[in-house]
Amino acid sequence: MHRFANPTRFLRLAAAVLPFSAAVAALCLGAGLVWGLFFAPPDYQQGDTVRIMFIHVPAAMMAMGVYAGMAISSAIALIWRHAIADLIAKASAPIGATFCFICLLTGSLWGKPMWGTWWVWDARLTSMLIMLFIYLGYMALWQAFDDQTKAARAAAILALVGAINLPVIKFSVEWWNTLHQPASLITMDGPKIHSSLLWPLLLMIVGFGAYYLTVLIFRVRAEVHQRRTRMLRMAQADRHAAMQAAE
Amino acid sequence: MKPKRKRLFIVLIGLLFVSAAVGFSLFALDQELDVFRSPSEIAEKGFPSGKRFRVGGLVEDGSVSSEGIVTTFRVTDGAHALTITYDKILPDLFREGQGIIALGALNAGGTFEAQEVLAKHDENYMPPEVADALKKSGHFKPEGGDS
Repeated sequence: MHRFANPTRFLRLAAAVLPFSAAVAALCLGAGLVWGLFFAPPDYQQGDTVRIMFIHVPAAMMAMGVYAGMAISSAIALIWRHAIADLIAKASAPIGATFCFICLLTGSLWGKPMWGTWWVWDARLTSMLIMLFIYLGYMALWQAFDDQTKAARAAAILALVGAINLPVIKFSVEWWNTLHQPASLITMDGPKIHSSLLWPLLLMIVGFGAYYLTVLIFRVRAEVHQRRTRMLRMAQADRHAAMQAAE
Repeated sequence: MKPKRKRLFIVLIGLLFVSAAVGFSLFALDQELDVFRSPSEIAEKGFPSGKRFRVGGLVEDGSVSSEGIVTTFRVTDGAHALTITYDKILPDLFREGQGIIALGALNAGGTFEAQEVLAKHDENYMPPEVADALKKSGHFKPEGGDS
């Protein structure tokens, strides 16, 4: 793990992964969308509306997965002072927040025709909305400090506290009566989705994951360069001040 | 203790306390977080008439009848059933055996007057042909179960 605390080594690894993740994202998302929207059969109950699932479910899984990754990197950054872990967490937040927003938006669009309402304050929907607010709060906290080390520490603590929401989201549909139905994909008895609908869904999930990795690499790279620029500027300013003092 | 160990320790203790706080809060709120009540809960606890709440259950087979724009049906959770009246358009998924949630209040006669009816759907997804084949072979699990 500490091998990759060296930014140069990390950037080299990222550059090697990037073409693969980008290719997998493009292939899976393209194939998954065409398969899901045009070739997969309609659902016996919901008809063609079920196709919203191919965006909604991957977005929901990634919103939670990215948050889990963010919380883990925050813990690593907090405990082991790992230089890249901070940046991974920081760079992940806007991507995860976008997934979370897409999940809420498509869920709302799905809820209106099937349930009869855009929104209901049940445990699943509400806990998902709370996660969006935690994402936004995390991003705001990074901006609230001038000192990046302090910002990183405060944001990491928020990310860890917010991680408690993850099991609440996952099990909300079992612990309480909700309008949202129980889990279809990750259950004790295996997926409850017929294979003709499951395969395009799995493609989309892989595609969303690869897309996240691709965007993450770009964002972390930008963060590393930004941090280097800042350090060079400060070093230059120091030198300038020293020269002026000597004159 | 090395500083790394110490920080690990602090993070773990912190997480433990925060999860305990959240856990206890959710545990204390318990049924307050349910979005709907079951007919049994209403039968056992007795809700005052005129107070708005949500009730959920399966639409009882053969209980749906309509008179003009008013639809009357019963929802059941297996143990108890409750009569509901509704005077607006029902959602597409509304049918006998379907899980639904109604928002409204009990009237003096003990009938639930709904202002909004929402349909639940279950966690199973399959093409119509597969559902038909399952129904034919008798392996089809109808809507609901414990959902």
